[in-house]
Formats: sequence, structure tokens, C-alpha cells
Amino acid sequence: MIRLALKMLFGDRGKYLLLVSGLTFSTLLMTQFPSVFCGLMTWTYANMFNSRSHIWVMDPKAEQSLDSKPLRDTDVNRVRSVAGVAWAAPYFQGTLQARMPDGNFKLVTLVGLDATTLAGAPALLLQGSLDELRLPNTIITDEFGLDRFSEGQRNPDGSPRRIGIGDTIEINDREARIVGVAKTRRSFTGGPFVFTTYDRAVLYAPQQRKMLTFILAAGEPGLSDEEVCRRIAAETGLRALTEEEFRWSTIWWYVRNTGIPFAIGSIVLIGAIVGMLIAAQTFHAFVLENLRNFAALKAMGASNGRLTAMLAVQSLTTGLIGYGIGAGVASVVLRFFVRLGKVGVYTPWQLPVAVLGVILLISGFSALLGIIRVTRTEPAIVFR
Amino acid sequence: MPDPLPPSRPAITVRQLDKSFGEGDARIDVLKRVDFSACEGEMMFLVGPSGCGKTTLLSIIAGTLAGDAGEIDVLGQSLPRLTRAEVTAFRARYIGFVFQQFNLIPTLTVLENVAVPLLIQGAPMRTALARAQESLARVGIPEKVREHPGRLSGGQQQRVAIARALVHEPRVIICDEPTASLDRENGQRVMALLRDVARDPRRCVVVVTHDPRTYPFADRMSEMEDGRILRVLQTPAEIGAAHTEKL
Ligand SMILES: Nc1ncnc2c1ncn2[C@@H]1O[C@H](COP(=O)(O)OP(=O)(O)OP(=O)(O)O)[C@@H](O)[C@H]1O
Ligand SMILES: [Mg+2]
Repeated sequence: MIRLALKMLFGDRGKYLLLVSGLTFSTLLMTQFPSVFCGLMTWTYANMFNSRSHIWVMDPKAEQSLDSKPLRDTDVNRVRSVAGVAWAAPYFQGTLQARMPDGNFKLVTLVGLDATTLAGAPALLLQGSLDELRLPNTIITDEFGLDRFSEGQRNPDGSPRRIGIGDTIEINDREARIVGVAKTRRSFTGGPFVFTTYDRAVLYAPQQRKMLTFILAAGEPGLSDEEVCRRIAAETGLRALTEEEFRWSTIWWYVRNTGIPFAIGSIVLIGAIVGMLIAAQTFHAFVLENLRNFAALKAMGASNGRLTAMLAVQSLTTGLIGYGIGAGVASVVLRFFVRLGKVGVYTPWQLPVAVLGVILLISGFSALLGIIRVTRTEPAIVFR
Repeated sequence: MPDPLPPSRPAITVRQLDKSFGEGDARIDVLKRVDFSACEGEMMFLVGPSGCGKTTLLSIIAGTLAGDAGEIDVLGQSLPRLTRAEVTAFRARYIGFVFQQFNLIPTLTVLENVAVPLLIQGAPMRTALARAQESLARVGIPEKVREHPGRLSGGQQQRVAIARALVHEPRVIICDEPTASLDRENGQRVMALLRDVARDPRRCVVVVTHDPRTYPFADRMSEMEDGRILRVLQTPAEIGAAHTEKL
């Protein structure tokens, strides 16, 4: 009977394709936009990918990774002296203009690291060496930085010139020699990353009274990060978050303070509703068209339970096929987006699972309408 | 001298059956204290003017509709005593249907359509299809079994429907105007087929018809009018008289 149910479904090709495409469309919208949203969100905490630290200490009013409410330089020592803190290091972060050899300006995210420990340095260097950062006037940038810095560069013979290791750019009239290329995650503000030592970063950046953006820290072995954070907060009055807490604090800040989640949320909702309408409406039409056939099956002795199973199989099969195609198309489109590099894409595993849940819900709902309709149909109508 | 045939046992017995539709002023009494019976090995016709309640009576015998009052015994089983689920299972096992509108499922092949009653009873697909093939051979449609019913003529479709009604060897076959959608020639052919089916001494075929040209196929004939059985014609002579009378 199940096989017959499927044949009944596939036999009505037009309606079947409409059903599947409704669900495919829904799946696509519901997967793609949230993935782009999540990708965008990963950009907001890009510095937590590039600079790994167990604990981030910041101004009590700071909430997210691009907040600039600087601390005093002496705060590093106050954090160091908290019992249970193994080490603490200064961390500068700022967005500023870097002047290129040809006089053009480019926006960069400058990161200053503690000169002795280089705590928070990028984990993966594609070229060059981290140690050279200790030499005077040196920086490490990322591949995106090389692209940006190379824009408009010419060799003496006029051919395009690729900036690379050993080349020098200027940041605020100070020389900066590239000694390494790091693998980084892109920042929300759009500029490439430039890593240097804290002392030099402070010189590159426009002078302000307080320059210390964050303090990176780690606890003594045996203490949980949460416990160490609690102690730092209690003793210094600063805000101390574990990496995980800081990440979520950042994400929630963007969710609360920008229209992005709302915009994405409404698209997802529209996708779900449109998909649901198309699917439920088409399935209903399918059931109505087949009502006489279902009634004939009933007359011939098919129980309501059997017909229910048939309808459930018909609707869930369509749901799964629609979801499969939708998810496939979404992954192709998203891969294309990634290659384009203009938007961030991140699909946490929960997303496809949730979308599958919604699709199954839609299918279940359509099936339910059909089941109610069919179980209420009198088999005697087949005589009319 | 050969022994007389043993008296055939009743397959269907209906006594004092009432059925009405609607409530209050809108109420219509469709069946009024109907008595009806049909025996094993016979082809019983049910005739009468349009709206007299033939289809209603047939639906109640088939268990697709419940009566209001009265006894309905089919193959020794009292239908009003069964639950809805039991009636459904009973129908699946013992009753075959031939409808005026054929009611073949257009998206299934001819073979699959014929296999449906067996599949409803839970037979495996392979066995069901094999028996469907046999049943189709019996009604004279051994080819075209992988076609969809829409590609067949009306007469062929009705023969497919008969193959479907026979495939699970039901003891009672219910036919509501099986020839009404067919031309004369195909109608005769379908009736001859049903006539043949009713030769099985354990099987009872009840046929509702409007078409006097089919009367000669009947063993007995119940005449209905306005919700009552007027008379039951018992002999070929009586039926023949009714036949000429109608023509
Ligand atoms: N479900 C129903 N609800 C209301 N009235 C009904 C219903 N089914 C049948 N009737 C009425 O009952 C009466 C008898 O109907 P039925 O279909 O049994 O007649 P019939 O003898 O089969 O007629 P025909 O030869 O035209 O098929 C008709 O007046 C019909 O309108
Ligand atoms: Mg009728």
C-alpha cells in the first residue's frame, strides 16, 4: 500500500513538482539567509579567532569585541596580581588608516600584542616568522592585507606589483615592514588585520589618553576560567569574560543593537510561510483530487489507519525530497558565496536540523489536513 | 432421475430495514421496512425508478453505509453488531465492488489497480501482482496491464474493475449500474462476464441496473419503488415478461 501511495503521488507529476518546489524554496530561504547571518556574526568576533585567549578583560561597560572603551596601562598589573591569574598581557585593537607607498590610504584593523610573550598572536602563519615581530618597525598582516596593499601598486616598468614579505608600508608616517602573513578570519569592519607589538601599535595609532583595549589573561592550572574571571572582576572592578562568554556577549550585542537579525528573521519567516502555504495548499488539492480514489479504497476495505499511513508517507516523502533538494541547492549557492568572498557564511549544524524540523512540521500539517478530510469521507460516495 | 439441486443458502438477508437522511422537515425516508434476500450461486438484480433507494440499499448491504433499524445479515454475519473497524475488515475480505464510474485510480497501472484489494488485505506486492495478472486474464485483458486505465476504453476499464472485484475471491459482489457508462455491446459483454462469475455456487452477485436489455442475465429480480420492495420475480418467464414490458 505504501508503494501504491508513492505511485499515486508521483503519478500526478505537475502537482508533485509544485509540492516539492514549494518545500525546496522554503528550505533554501530558511538555510541560506541564516547561514549568511551566522557568517556575518562570526565576523563580529573575528579577533577571538585570530587571537586566542582563555580570558578577556575589558572596561566594565564594554560588551562586544569591537568596543573601544580603553583601560589604563596599569590595569594589566592589577589583573596580574589577582590570585589565580597565571599571566596577563596587554592587547591593543583599533581601526585606522594605513598609508601605502603610493600615498593612498587603506583601512586596517591594527592589533598590538605584548612584546615579550606575543600573547594573542595568530596561530597560523602562512609566510614569515612570528619572532621577527620583535625586530624594529615590523608587522604581520594577512592575505587580505596583501591584496589590499597591492591594489594600484606598479613596478618601475608599469606592471602590477604584488606587495609581500619585506615590503614596507607606512602607518601614520611610521615605517612598517611586513615580516609575516597570517591566516585570519575577516573582521566585521572590513579591513585586513595588521599585527605588531603593543608598544609599536600605540605609536602607529593616533595618540589618546588611554590606549589599552583589552587585557588577555589565563588562570593557574586547576582553576576554571569562570572562577578566575569572577576573581578578576571582584578585585579589579573590570569586566572579565571567558572566550566563550565574550563571543556570545558580542553576538547578542549585534542581535540587540542592529536590524540584521530582524531583517534575516523576516525573510526566514516569509520563506517558512510561503513554503507552508504552497505545500499545504498543493497537498490539499492533491487530496481533494484523489478524494474519490481514497473513498474507493475505503469502500474496498482500507481502514482509516491505512489511509492515514498512506497520506503521511505521501506528505513526508515530498517533505524530505523538497528538503534534500533545497539543502543541496543551498549548499551550492553558499559555496558560491564563499568563493565570492563578499559575505560570510557559517552554517552551524543546528540550522539544517531546525530547517528539517520546520519542513517536517509543514509536511505533517499538510498530511493532517488531508487525513482529517479523508477519514471524514463516507466510502458510500463512490456509488454516486 | 438426477437429484434436485440442493436449496441454495441465503448470502444476504435484509429484514425491516429503515433508512432516512436529514432531520426534521428536511428528513426523507429512503428505505421503508425493506425485506430483501439474495442467495449463494445466484445473480440477483435490483431494479426500480431513479431515486427509489437502490444505491442506498446496496451501500447498506456492502457496509459502506449504516442502516437506521432492521436486520442486515451478510454471509451469516450481522453487520449492525459489528464495529466500524470490523465492518471495514469484513468488506475487505468478503465483498467485491463494481461501480458505475469504474473508480480505477488513474495514476496506477491497470495491474496495480487490480492488485489493490489484495494489498489492502496485506498481501505482499509480488503475490498481489501475480494474482492480479490471473484475474485480468480471466476478464480477457491479459495485455495492456502496464498501461494506465485512462488509455483503455470504457468497456475495457469496466472489465478491469471486474478483475479488481474478483481478485481476492470475495463471496459477495456488489455492482451498481455496471453497464450505465457503456455502450450496448460492451454492456452485454460485461454482463456476460458477471453472469459467469455468479456461476460459482459459493458466490452471490447483486446488480443494480436501469437497463432492461440486461434483464435476461438475471436469476431473480427484486423490483423496488419508493423505498419498498414491490415484488421479487422468481422465474425466467416472469423476468422475460418484465423485460418485454420495459422495452
Ligand atoms: N447521503 C444522502 N443524503 C441525503 N439524501 C440522500 C443521500 N443519499 C441518497 N439520498 C436520497 O435518497 C434517495 C434515494 O437515493 P438512491 O441513490 O438510493 O436512489 P437510486 O435508486 O440509487 O437512484 P438512481 O437510480 O438515480 O441511482 C434520493 O432521493 C436521494 O436524493
Ligand atoms: Mg443509484
